[in-house]
Amino acid sequence: MPATLLLVGTRKGLFVLESDDARRDWNVRGPYCEGWPIYHAVHDPESGAIYAAAASEWHGAAVWRSGDLGETWTHSSAGIEYDADGEKISKVSSLSVAHGRVLVGAEAVGIFESKDDGATWSLLSSLQGEPGSDGWNDPGNQPPGHLGLSATMPHPDDPSRFWAIVQGVGIFETTDNGASWTPRNKGLRRDWPPPPNEEVGFCVHKLVMSPTDHDRFYQQNHVGMHRSDDAGQSWTEITDGLPTEFGFAAAVHPHDRETFYVIPLDPGHARCMPEGKAAVWRTRDAGSSWQRLDDGLPQQDAHLGVLREGMAIDTNDVPGLYFGTSTGQLFTSVDEGDSWSEVASYFPAISSVEVAVLS
Amino acid sequence: MADLHLPPTLPPLFGDLPRRLEIDAATVSDAIDRLDERWPGLRDRLCEPGPALRRHINVYVDRERAGLDTPLEAGSRVDVIAAISGG
Repeated sequence: MPATLLLVGTRKGLFVLESDDARRDWNVRGPYCEGWPIYHAVHDPESGAIYAAAASEWHGAAVWRSGDLGETWTHSSAGIEYDADGEKISKVSSLSVAHGRVLVGAEAVGIFESKDDGATWSLLSSLQGEPGSDGWNDPGNQPPGHLGLSATMPHPDDPSRFWAIVQGVGIFETTDNGASWTPRNKGLRRDWPPPPNEEVGFCVHKLVMSPTDHDRFYQQNHVGMHRSDDAGQSWTEITDGLPTEFGFAAAVHPHDRETFYVIPLDPGHARCMPEGKAAVWRTRDAGSSWQRLDDGLPQQDAHLGVLREGMAIDTNDVPGLYFGTSTGQLFTSVDEGDSWSEVASYFPAISSVEVAVLS
Repeated sequence: MADLHLPPTLPPLFGDLPRRLEIDAATVSDAIDRLDERWPGLRDRLCEPGPALRRHINVYVDRERAGLDTPLEAGSRVDVIAAISGG
């Protein structure tokens, strides 16, 4: 019977939850990684390893690895550094695993890769020279902790092709393994003055690709939800019908390219679900219409926030959805979001949720 | 030999690393290098490129605030302290 594995990254370590394919009862293990703040954790389906990007206030940033589903751990930051007179690493915050290597995004902006299961790392690209790069590591532009390379998204079939998000700047695509980059923000909207190069200056929170159509992308932006039908070369806004244009988390259905999930939040300082009523929103027609999904979610005084890596969807025939909140609740759905259960109430603040179905 | 005391957050990262050990080194930086030889990666947990001590790591030699270049003498007591922070 296949097992379902949830990786829940929190402000005080990584938790691993296991269930069978019914996904009703969960066994919780952790916290792992010595309680370091975890920004993102992923499972590598090829090797079976878990990787967790973490940054300790005392001991710096590192990527943790477990080859036995969390029972034992090692960590390494060997090679995750810039030249001695260059930028500093304040955190590593986004992981992706594909084609036999691990990529981790860092602040200051850079992508490091490991080809030896996380034992050592090397700088793949800092995107220097790209539009916006003259200012994106300047703490004067944004407070520390709000900068960096917030995501990488590999192409499933082409190891040299992937996309990267520079926070507050936008999406860049490489087709030559990071040697050169192209901004991919055409059609996006901004609510602030454009920078000198208008190809950038966009605030992309979360980017996802349909597993069934690799040209179909969705994104949750600081201002609006957007769809691309040409692998990010152009974008169409699909916000109409949603309660707010703001949010962080997003997920795309594993078997249906038209189905996409977001969690709208109030765009002000609180950045919680509107009116204290928890809901996930789903489109089944690529953004033409939206349905509110709140059966089983709290509808009173539920001022919940969900961060960019805080929602995941599994690959089952009827996929399960999962999201974790910045106040430590974990919710699951086994019916594509139609109904929800709260499976944990008192985790530390949750920064990431990822799911893997193990055979 | 200097008498080296490490913060409680460090040994769990390196298996058999003890909280207290004696080490033969000329400076604080040398002492950290000796530790890194035996427990690879340990230097990264205390120092950042430059090199410099991490912002929230403090070192005292015989109760005096020290830096990486601070010399050690036979019998020096070296305390590596993780800043009191967090919550």
